[in-house]
Amino acid sequence: MTRFVLGRIGFYTLIAVLLAFFTIPLLWLVTAPFTSDPTYEVTVPDFTLDNFRAVAEHPYALPSLYNSLVLSVGTAVLVVILAALAAYALSRVRLPGRDALLYALLLLSSIITGTAAMVPLFQLAVELNLIDSQLGLILILTGGLLPAAIFMLKDFMDSTPKSYEESARVFGATPLQIVRHVVVPLVRPGLATIAVWAVANVWGNFLMPYLLLSDVEKQPAAVITYTLYTEGGQANLSMLSTFGLLYSIPVVLMYLFVSKKYGFRFHGGIKR
Amino acid sequence: MAQATSPPEVAEQAVRTRRYSSDAAGLGRLRAGAFVAPALLLVAAFLVFPALWVLYLGLTNYRLTGAAAAEPQFVGLGNLIDAVVNPEFWSSTWLTVEFVLGSAVIGQVGLGFTIAWLLRDRRGPLKRLVEGLVILAWILPSAIVAFLWVALLDRDAGTLNALLHTPGYAWLLDHPMLSIIVFNTWRGTAFSMMLYGAALGNVPPSHLESARLAGASGWQQLRDVVFPHIRGHILTNLLLISLWTFNDFSPFLLTAGGPDGKSEVLAVHVYKVALQSGELGTGAAVSTIILLINLVVAVFYLRLLRSKK
Repeated sequence: MTRFVLGRIGFYTLIAVLLAFFTIPLLWLVTAPFTSDPTYEVTVPDFTLDNFRAVAEHPYALPSLYNSLVLSVGTAVLVVILAALAAYALSRVRLPGRDALLYALLLLSSIITGTAAMVPLFQLAVELNLIDSQLGLILILTGGLLPAAIFMLKDFMDSTPKSYEESARVFGATPLQIVRHVVVPLVRPGLATIAVWAVANVWGNFLMPYLLLSDVEKQPAAVITYTLYTEGGQANLSMLSTFGLLYSIPVVLMYLFVSKKYGFRFHGGIKR
Repeated sequence: MAQATSPPEVAEQAVRTRRYSSDAAGLGRLRAGAFVAPALLLVAAFLVFPALWVLYLGLTNYRLTGAAAAEPQFVGLGNLIDAVVNPEFWSSTWLTVEFVLGSAVIGQVGLGFTIAWLLRDRRGPLKRLVEGLVILAWILPSAIVAFLWVALLDRDAGTLNALLHTPGYAWLLDHPMLSIIVFNTWRGTAFSMMLYGAALGNVPPSHLESARLAGASGWQQLRDVVFPHIRGHILTNLLLISLWTFNDFSPFLLTAGGPDGKSEVLAVHVYKVALQSGELGTGAAVSTIILLINLVVAVFYLRLLRSKK
């Protein structure tokens, strides 16, 4: 009996420590935006909305959120379309060297990271005139995410029945029509997973936009956050905390939406 | 003669029909190739080509500015040798080892497993709360998370000093490595937690039950029943987490490699050498080393996956 009680006490102590460890760093993000003149200290907020007004008036804050949106949606759309086409063809047609290709893609996606490839990517962008181009950054980010996306989607396509496609073909549908009207509705959950994964990846990506976009008007929120706290000596905390909160809310909403709709199932390698 | 010409035709037709039926949408190889091509083109341009170029660049004295920027010269293995004899490279490698061992192997795997183990039989709000918070730390953008830790560890008003009653203690200056290790543990535990959560769900409860009836203690159950069952998961987890942590750039956001390079892990080292000092060639040589290490880990991982299938 004592053993049981001690076990319970131990369990709840451990859980309490864990909860504290994971909550304490987050507190500042929820209190500071609603406090006038916040410091690094966590205090009970006086529920002012002045900080939000300041963010709205800042010349680069809200536009950078828009830039993040453009980059992540643009990349997600491109990744989903290209990966779906490629995964479909690889799943249904035995192209020569298919297995080797898939193996190579998986290997490449795990070894070539932003860290290893930052120098050539920077140079490539300079040579191709893609510095300060959002389209260029979208293409580069898409290239990085595609291998993993193709791999995950091919698994998905392999598990869908082929009979619908065959009957659509009997009625004379062209391959592109079949993909659009038969295959896409069948694999919609898989496409949604890839889209969310791509958006989350790009939304939080700091290194690539930091390297490739030097024009403040084009930089996404990740880079602007860093600029806000390194430039101009004293960091503007009311600005930073409020902006940080606004920047975080979309991913949290997306997470809640996904976990409600699909259940947050475990996908190996969902995050790199 | 007639007999000799007809069989090949039949065979050809048979091949054609087989090809026709083997592909449900009637794509055919040519169109299938066209479907794959755009994706491969982007991957080739922005993933494969940069990797090959890094190998080449590592052999030149390319610089961001100056004479060597216009006409880089081939210096062979000079950069690699330069990089390897540079004491900064070694201290940076050592810090990276500390970072990977501390935050990935001990921190994330240990903590992730502990949480999964503690919550294995639970349902309900407590489990959802703990898991939700751990996952929140994982999904928030890294720029924000890094800044939250700057706030937490701040010298004058940071929450940690307030809690520990150690006002004025500069964590990021006095213990930069410890700071980024704990930070990365906090940030990345979710992945291991979810992986072990799924793995523990696959351990047959009857095995645990009979071990308990035989009088095995908690630790003995773990060692003799649970670990043998999830060995594959542990290895997968270790390899992936190590690979990601090894390539992680977010310590830069917290300490920028400082003070005096005391938290300059290799990812940050490359950035500093190549893009801040402008020595692209030397930076590329270090990148080559990173690529090789990644390759070794990834090949090991893929072999493991294959042997499981």
